[in-house]
Amino acid sequence: MLVVQSLGHRQTAAAKEGKEGALVMLNKVPLAEQRASSGAPPGTRRRTWIGRELHHFKNNRELFLLSLPGLLYKLIFAYIPMIGLIIAFKNYRYDLGIFGSKWVGLDNFRYLFTTDTAWRITRNTVLYNTAYIVVGTSAALLLAILMNEIKAKWSKFYQTALFLPHFLSWVLVGYVAYAFLNHSDGFINRTLESFGLNPVSWYQDAGPWPVILILVQLWKVVGFNTLIYFAGIIGINSEYYEAARIDGATKRQMAFKITIPLMAPIIIIMLILSIGNMFRGDFGLHYFIPNNSGFLYGSTDIIDTYVYRALREVGNVSMSAATGFYQSVVGLVLVLTANGIVRKVDPDNSLW
Amino acid sequence: MGKKFEFSKLFINLLFTVLSLVVILPFLLVIAVSLTDEKSLTHNGYQFIPESFSLDAYRYLLDAPDILLRAYGVTFTVTIIGALAGLLLTAMTAYVISRQDYRYNRATTFYVFFTMLFSGGLVPSYILITQYLHLKDSLLALILPILLSPFNIMVMKGFMSKIPLEIIESAKIDGAREFRIFFRIILPLSTPALATLGLLISFTYWNEWFNAMLYIDDPNKVPLQLLLVRTLNSIEFLTTNSEFTGQLGIDLSSFPNSSARMAIAVLAGGPMLVIFPFFQRFFVKGLTVGSLKG
Repeated sequence: MLVVQSLGHRQTAAAKEGKEGALVMLNKVPLAEQRASSGAPPGTRRRTWIGRELHHFKNNRELFLLSLPGLLYKLIFAYIPMIGLIIAFKNYRYDLGIFGSKWVGLDNFRYLFTTDTAWRITRNTVLYNTAYIVVGTSAALLLAILMNEIKAKWSKFYQTALFLPHFLSWVLVGYVAYAFLNHSDGFINRTLESFGLNPVSWYQDAGPWPVILILVQLWKVVGFNTLIYFAGIIGINSEYYEAARIDGATKRQMAFKITIPLMAPIIIIMLILSIGNMFRGDFGLHYFIPNNSGFLYGSTDIIDTYVYRALREVGNVSMSAATGFYQSVVGLVLVLTANGIVRKVDPDNSLW
Repeated sequence: MGKKFEFSKLFINLLFTVLSLVVILPFLLVIAVSLTDEKSLTHNGYQFIPESFSLDAYRYLLDAPDILLRAYGVTFTVTIIGALAGLLLTAMTAYVISRQDYRYNRATTFYVFFTMLFSGGLVPSYILITQYLHLKDSLLALILPILLSPFNIMVMKGFMSKIPLEIIESAKIDGAREFRIFFRIILPLSTPALATLGLLISFTYWNEWFNAMLYIDDPNKVPLQLLLVRTLNSIEFLTTNSEFTGQLGIDLSSFPNSSARMAIAVLAGGPMLVIFPFFQRFFVKGLTVGSLKG
């Protein structure tokens, strides 16, 4: 009966396929099973809800099987670890395991928040991310606008040069930074000395690190971000610029009156969405560039590096878990808030 | 007016030239240090132009190439297996989500997407992998944790959504089942997106160090990036590695510490830095090939 039903639906399509197609079709029973959920056949109406769902499942089972490896993967590597979040409320011991370890309530959190650690790493994470967003976005936008003014032949060369650091891992950037900052032989200290100035112990002096980290981050990502915005500018209809040119607008006027307003929605959405990621720091940048130097933690330590050290170097698993829990939960709240705002402002650009 | 115009163009070109130099010079410093004689390094510090040129650092490293070759081998293995498996899994999941007529479409999208917003964090994953899956010192610990990224699924889905449903429908009429449709029709049609994502996934695996830092202690399974991490933390890693010095059979006091450190960065990071830029446009395309909502 099902076959007939679906045959009816397919008649027009089958006609196009010609006689052969129709013949093949008649021989293939599974076709009916592959029919999508839309419009349940009349015969199923009397069945129970479970029966109907089972029936739907049967119809969709091949696609479901196709997605099953991915679903299982996410189950094991993303959803099961969420259960492990309870470690934050336990005194975890490797020999007792997750469920055997003793509950300690909020002790881990109490400890975290009574020392100044929580404040320090939260402040650093949020401030650094804010700085990266503000500096990175404005620099990339400016370069993209300027790049649009010069001949393509030249801009290709600049693009390649500026993009190069994107291909380095943070570890390798750590080497580059070390070549400059190394106390005894580093390029910067030797240059300072040659001008008769005192060398600076870069890996021991926390003061200049906010500037260093922001510069290194800019160095690594500015090329990539510039190309993203440049692609956006190229996508702007050239008629706007032609009309403006006829009206005698200057280049600067065009940038401020056409390019930036048209790019504004993308920029604003990117900004709001990065607020959602405020609590996720860049581990590689903050671990390798300061070379994990203990003197610098005050101004370089972020949530991610703290969690890693607590787990791997200090061995305080519960403390690490509590900090991770704090990061995950606040992170989720921020993402939901940010997306809520985007949905109010510009529903087309919200994530969901 | 016209002259002022040219002047501003010249100024922009000048600005970009300076910027390009600022970006490229640090690379040159690393290369220069690796090519400088050790004595000159302690005497003059790190300079862009070596006072006395020397290939000693490379000679020492390449005399006992095992440690570097093995790291290349591990990274190659992980990259190739990871990229192929990851790409297939990404495509399968993305295809199912891209099918508007799939009944569990929205549920699956949410299930995948939610992992982007919320995660158990480092500690639970670490305990799962070391205590329950027992993957410590296994190459699987390098491959599995980053095998399937929701972001890549969304990019792939954005591309696959553009494949006309009529193609799938007519294949069904010819009697093809979903698996056949996916492998014989959808995958070949998605070649551009597969190439882009394949490159991005390979790139991610190639430059991955975090999981190696967490899960790899066995010196035989150290990938390139972890070798770099350990050498950055202490150059002594090379000289205390008994296998390495054993092979050298040399006086350790003459080992060119500073230049060798930079030489290993060049040897480990250099080749890909030459190869990846040829695919530069793919890296940008990866972001634009499909929008999140599709």
